[in-house]
Amino acid sequence: MSELLIRNACVIDPLRGVNAETMDIAIRDGRIVEDVSGAAEVIDVHGALTLPGGIDSHTHICGTKVNFGRYMSPEDMRAGRTPRRGPMHSTSGYSVPTTYGNSYRYSAMGYTTLLEGAMAPLEARHTHEEFTYTPLQDTMANTLFDGNWGIMEAIRDGDTKRVAAIIAWTLTAVKGFGVKLTNPGGTEAWQWGKNVSCIRDPVPYFEVTPSEIIRSVVEANELLGLPHSVHLHCNNLGTPGNYTCTLGSLGLIPDLNKKRQTLYATHVQFHAYGGSGWKDFCSKSEPIARFVNMRPQIVIDMGQVMFGRTTTMTADGPMEFNLYRLHHDKWSNHDVELETGSGIIPVIYRRKNLVNSIMWAIGLELALLTKSPWQCLLTTDNPNGAPFVRYPEIVALLMSKKYRDAEFATVHPDTGGRVPLPAIERELDWYEIAVMTRAGQAKALGIQDLGKGHLGPGAEADIAVYPIRVDEVDPSVDYQKVIEAFGRTEYTIKRGRVVSRRGECLVDGSNATFWVRPKVSDAYDMGKDPDFIEKFDRYYTVRMRNYPVQKEYLNRNRCIETEAGI
Amino acid sequence: MIVKDVVCPFCGCLCDDIEVEVEENRVVAVANACELGTKKLMGEKRMKNPILRDGGTWKDITYDEAIQYTADMLLSAERPLLYGWSGTHGEAQCVGVHMAELVRGVIDNTSSVCHGPSILAIQEVGHPGCTLGVVKNRADLVIYWGANPIDAHPRHLSRYTRYAEGFFLENAFRDRKVIVVDVRRTETANIADEFVQIKPGGDYAVLSALRAIVRGKTEMIPRTVAGVTREQLVRVVDLCKGAKFGAVYFGLGLTMTGGKYKNIRNAIELVSELSRHTKFTISAMRGHYNVYGSNEVNTWMTGYPFGIDFSRGIAFYNPGETTAVDILARKECDAALIVGSDPAAHFPRRCLEHLADIPVVQLDPYPNATTAFCNVQIPVAVTGIDAVGTAYRMDGVPIRTRRVLSTGYPSDEEVLIRMYALMQGAKA
Repeated sequence: MSELLIRNACVIDPLRGVNAETMDIAIRDGRIVEDVSGAAEVIDVHGALTLPGGIDSHTHICGTKVNFGRYMSPEDMRAGRTPRRGPMHSTSGYSVPTTYGNSYRYSAMGYTTLLEGAMAPLEARHTHEEFTYTPLQDTMANTLFDGNWGIMEAIRDGDTKRVAAIIAWTLTAVKGFGVKLTNPGGTEAWQWGKNVSCIRDPVPYFEVTPSEIIRSVVEANELLGLPHSVHLHCNNLGTPGNYTCTLGSLGLIPDLNKKRQTLYATHVQFHAYGGSGWKDFCSKSEPIARFVNMRPQIVIDMGQVMFGRTTTMTADGPMEFNLYRLHHDKWSNHDVELETGSGIIPVIYRRKNLVNSIMWAIGLELALLTKSPWQCLLTTDNPNGAPFVRYPEIVALLMSKKYRDAEFATVHPDTGGRVPLPAIERELDWYEIAVMTRAGQAKALGIQDLGKGHLGPGAEADIAVYPIRVDEVDPSVDYQKVIEAFGRTEYTIKRGRVVSRRGECLVDGSNATFWVRPKVSDAYDMGKDPDFIEKFDRYYTVRMRNYPVQKEYLNRNRCIETEAGI
Repeated sequence: MIVKDVVCPFCGCLCDDIEVEVEENRVVAVANACELGTKKLMGEKRMKNPILRDGGTWKDITYDEAIQYTADMLLSAERPLLYGWSGTHGEAQCVGVHMAELVRGVIDNTSSVCHGPSILAIQEVGHPGCTLGVVKNRADLVIYWGANPIDAHPRHLSRYTRYAEGFFLENAFRDRKVIVVDVRRTETANIADEFVQIKPGGDYAVLSALRAIVRGKTEMIPRTVAGVTREQLVRVVDLCKGAKFGAVYFGLGLTMTGGKYKNIRNAIELVSELSRHTKFTISAMRGHYNVYGSNEVNTWMTGYPFGIDFSRGIAFYNPGETTAVDILARKECDAALIVGSDPAAHFPRRCLEHLADIPVVQLDPYPNATTAFCNVQIPVAVTGIDAVGTAYRMDGVPIRTRRVLSTGYPSDEEVLIRMYALMQGAKA
């Protein structure tokens, strides 16, 4: 039995409605409890801001395309190197760090749970292998279904239950957590070098539209009772005028779930553009935020862009090719049979560039114009908008109008006429930041009942103690202190152990992988479906028996079983 | 007993549809595999136990002694080299990286003497590729450049290209065109629809000519380029542009010929150029069944695919300086651990002379050319036969190998974990 008592913590715990109350937190064997014995180890944090461990609900940290981002970028690897030190292994990389680099740097910022945003089922084993080497965070993977042949055929046949059955079989096989649609239909079209422009375009051969894919998969997701909603990367990412497509996509979604949203729309900054071309490119954050404000069934994340160098990587292959034709730097693409694809290019976001300046403003606007912080979560779509190590700056920008104005003075001079940002006075408070960086994520991912994202008795003891006192610091003025505090915890506690102290990781931890197994009836078990098996055997290049990810790849195996309605 | 869906641990095709018949814990028959795979799965005579060089003879030693010898050798070395890795599973490669990091050694894999230049090209211009099944189901044009799959990857043609059934091809054999580009008429050239014979060393020029024609600059092309007529070059470009889906596969004939990584860069840029007209992809014909896996493992663990030097504590990468051949040729290396490869069969003489002068330990199930340079050889289980583990196919698809036999041999991973534990203990 191990016991730990954190004394004098200034706790903000939004899922329990706790707002800056000073209290003690008792921990036994990795979980939060009512009290501990006198023998417990005591850490007095002297009123420091104490939050549930950070959760990133959309980040690219592990798997085929992430690793290819490293592979093709020795220049990025050189840009962030640390030697082996104590229990810490050496790390490399700035925008796409090595697995240890990701894990240590996230831990230093107080993050204890990460969701990999896009895992191709055929290559899932790779993602899980890298999870094993991401030791200080629990992990889970969104699984890509955007170009899945079996699903598109079932949709064409109007058989939503079969859609659900294929999702159930695949999630179970690849040990996936959630359902991801990246440019639905577009990734299949891209295997012919084509794309779909928006939700009404039919996918070549399959003759289904993105809107049909989105609607059916959302319905199937709820049939399966999955903890998370469908996680959507809308069609038409990154193009001027795409906000209408985004609104059209969000408009497809009914309110089907009482406990959480029905759709999680990711990195919406990249989907909130006005204009008919690059010349009249402008922000359309206002109509998007207005729309989200009226629909509790939608949760978005920011996809904030920060100036500087990064690497873009997404399953959205055609988008990366378009980006390559703009940037003329190196370009990688990787289509995955019967399922999806991906693309990678390095980029530099520049203040002197008008389009980049507008993008920067849009992400902040979305967060500031969305009334409920539970509906707009803080991300950069790491590393697409910026590497996650920039999160503290984003927190400070959201909390300080003064900081925003100071930054705004340095961006392209024409930005003011294209964005509403300068007119927005709102400054988020500590509580709202806590929602946007952990509590909101736990709710949106449907993992609060598993003890994530809060500090109530029974919760997993994942805790971040930041070296800042909320009663002494005015974030709207002292934004530099906010950046420093969120950049490096005093203590990061994972499963009841101090894993990181002032930026130094203290243990070689071991994570847990969360995955979902929907229990379906025999009639909907695709593992026994003759048509499914025959197509698998004929068109995949891996045998069906060799496809599922074995238990050996799960470090700490946290299977979530759901009762499916099929 | 017949074991189905066995994963063949020979080449980068990583065929996973093999059937192996086992009787009395011996492989007696292999179905579906090519000649190369069958031979490996049928097995050769393995070494029985670890051996230590003792003057002019070999002495049998225990695994404990061999493991302790290796740990001591690596701990006392100034500049240890940990080389090979393509012939073992990913889990063992991960332990290897940790070992190299602990002793501040150099870890390198066989790609530094095969597709290393391809990786350098990818690091300059990227890599538009796809999984093999995308090609199988869609490609109506396949180009083999400097590759001879009939000899080196015998089932590449039947599983993924020439003879493979494809979802979008009504009659795949008739509807799929194959172009072979090579300096000699290979077996593969004989089954091609179009054979482009290049004068040795002319690949770069031919690729440049093709790019120019794709860009509409045909009038700039001389009557022949490296022995290839302008007419044929134009015909090739027409085939490429007319294809719905084209796939280029290149081998060491392009990577290791004059121009090296510049050839690959040019080929990738040709494909990027063609991607503006139709769908095109390009991929390397990786050799060992898990050479790509060692690139993947090294990359997520250290940031670099091969040639990683930990001597300064951080991971440092500079091929040509931190690669095995260079470390040996400069006589820097003072101890070597070889896992899952046979450098003595492939390295330049100067490197081998140095290898003969330093302590060398090899993990390998069989005696090979490198055995002659070893101080200790430790026989291990063969991944895919009597050990399980992860391998990455040439297109990046990871597959877990199966075990078809139970033998008493420890796996590479088990042996390396024990070495690493001893080394950690000594460093603590």
